[in-house]
Amino acid sequence: MTITVDTRNPQAVPAPPTGSHLKVTGRRVLRSEWAKLWSLRSTWITLGLGLLFLCVFGTIAALRYKSVLNSGQPMDPDFADATTYSLALFGVPFSLIALGVLGVLTASGEYSSGMIRSTLAAVPRRLPVLWSKAAVYGALAFVIGTVGALVGFMISSGVLSGTAVAMNISDGGVLRSLLGAGLYLGVVGVIGVALGTLLRSTAGGISALVGTFLLVPGLMSLLPRSWRADLTPYLPSNAGESIFALHHSAGTLSAGAGLLVLLGWTVLALGGAAYRLMRADA
Amino acid sequence: MIEARELTKQYGAKTAVDGVTFTVRPGVVTGFLGPNGAGKSTTMRMIIGLDAPTSGTVTVNGRRYAQHSAPLHEVGALLEARSIHPGRSAFDHLMALAYTHGISRARVAEVIELTGLQSVAGRRAGAFSLGMGQRLGIAAALLGDPQTVMLDEPVNGLDPEGVLWIRTLLTALAAEGRTVFVSSHLMSEMALVADHLIVVGRGRVLADTTVRELVMRAGGDTVVVATADPAHLRQVLAGPGVEVSGHPGSEQLSVTGLSTREIGLKAAEHGLALFELTAKTVSLEEAFMDLTKESVEFHAASTPARAA
Repeated sequence: MTITVDTRNPQAVPAPPTGSHLKVTGRRVLRSEWAKLWSLRSTWITLGLGLLFLCVFGTIAALRYKSVLNSGQPMDPDFADATTYSLALFGVPFSLIALGVLGVLTASGEYSSGMIRSTLAAVPRRLPVLWSKAAVYGALAFVIGTVGALVGFMISSGVLSGTAVAMNISDGGVLRSLLGAGLYLGVVGVIGVALGTLLRSTAGGISALVGTFLLVPGLMSLLPRSWRADLTPYLPSNAGESIFALHHSAGTLSAGAGLLVLLGWTVLALGGAAYRLMRADA
Repeated sequence: MIEARELTKQYGAKTAVDGVTFTVRPGVVTGFLGPNGAGKSTTMRMIIGLDAPTSGTVTVNGRRYAQHSAPLHEVGALLEARSIHPGRSAFDHLMALAYTHGISRARVAEVIELTGLQSVAGRRAGAFSLGMGQRLGIAAALLGDPQTVMLDEPVNGLDPEGVLWIRTLLTALAAEGRTVFVSSHLMSEMALVADHLIVVGRGRVLADTTVRELVMRAGGDTVVVATADPAHLRQVLAGPGVEVSGHPGSEQLSVTGLSTREIGLKAAEHGLALFELTAKTVSLEEAFMDLTKESVEFHAASTPARAA
């Protein structure tokens, strides 16, 4: 491979094709973040995984349920209360990790590679970068999550049609709840971006994400029973799950309240990210 | 035009930049010279707002960098540290930056051609050699057609051809009336391209001058002369603006303020035979070392440590 060396005379620097129309705008920063996202291979791979987990794990759960049902053996305790809806969304926690991790990476990857210096030199006001990343990636994670949940449900309801737990997408609340699952994953994507920006480290961001959504709920059993019942519904993971729960029991929040609580956590994370972005040297 | 006023940056207890004041003017290449750890990169990072000054101000064309509506059109910067995502192709990297300002795809193609990256523009930047990475950084710096071009150690990692290309480019940019600000720790490199020099050491400005003046200040041109009767020659050469020095018992004298020709003529006039008459020019490197020797951050030990 050769590189041609351009040693032309002063005219080698082209006459300005640019000029007064150059200006940083919110739209343009959004466009830039969109382009950055799609120009990395990790985006395609991780989004693909996020989608795959939703479709495939739901299908496997449905097939397994049906085979147990057909064999006439007693149902596993895990599957005792299963519905088509709950089986179809079996992959949500896995998809959550994939999509959340990619959210962390879109921000922390800029710090680990040094790209952040180029980014902030182009947009020295900084905050538009964070808002654009969160908006672009949140919207994308929402679309992937919604499509995955819909497709997963379609397949599972096909598998389970004719059984006692059969459900249809037109059944009351199903479509709304599936959208809720997409919304949950979209917000988790935004939280990932916020954690990546706040911690500036891929390992740190992923740990925080996994800790928040997978480990903290388990730690609640260490609390006294009365506190546990009061606090647990307000955890990001529990609040998020109530957004797409088809049936709400007494101990959980309603879908709307769950969304509000999760958005509250998101605002907190974004606020921390914005503070660090503005106050700390890049 | 870059104007720094009492610019200071502290990292904890360490002061990286200590009350630096200077102006970088358009139309010439200004060299920013200093040993490693002198605060050059920190100063440049403060100019484009990546680091916030602890105190003092720095403006670009009269405003803080972040206050410009099209920052890449004001300053194009190549930083010392790598500022490129290794997973993105050169073209995609430049495009992502271009989108923020509404810079056209044609301009991206133009800077790719200008930096000779056509053949590798589609490849992941992570696979680039140091030299190619440097060219990509320069392409990014020129993207917004900036009035001020600021390059931190641009010749690092470049082959001789690349070094020559940088020199031509810098001279061309200055000739177009742009402000060109280039840092280096190599005096010899700066001497070839810079018209003006800002020398820093330990975060302070040691000299803000031209290359010529710097040499003059470092002792200027000295003539070494040897004769059988140095005391007599001393008397003969004495005059306003002339300095003569020499060791007792030595035939040699060092003279400043007179040319070899003037010394030779005066000696002949008084019938003094000269054994040596040598003009000694202080090299730029010596002048620089002289200026910065107090402020070098990391001295190499001059004697090997003795085992106790």
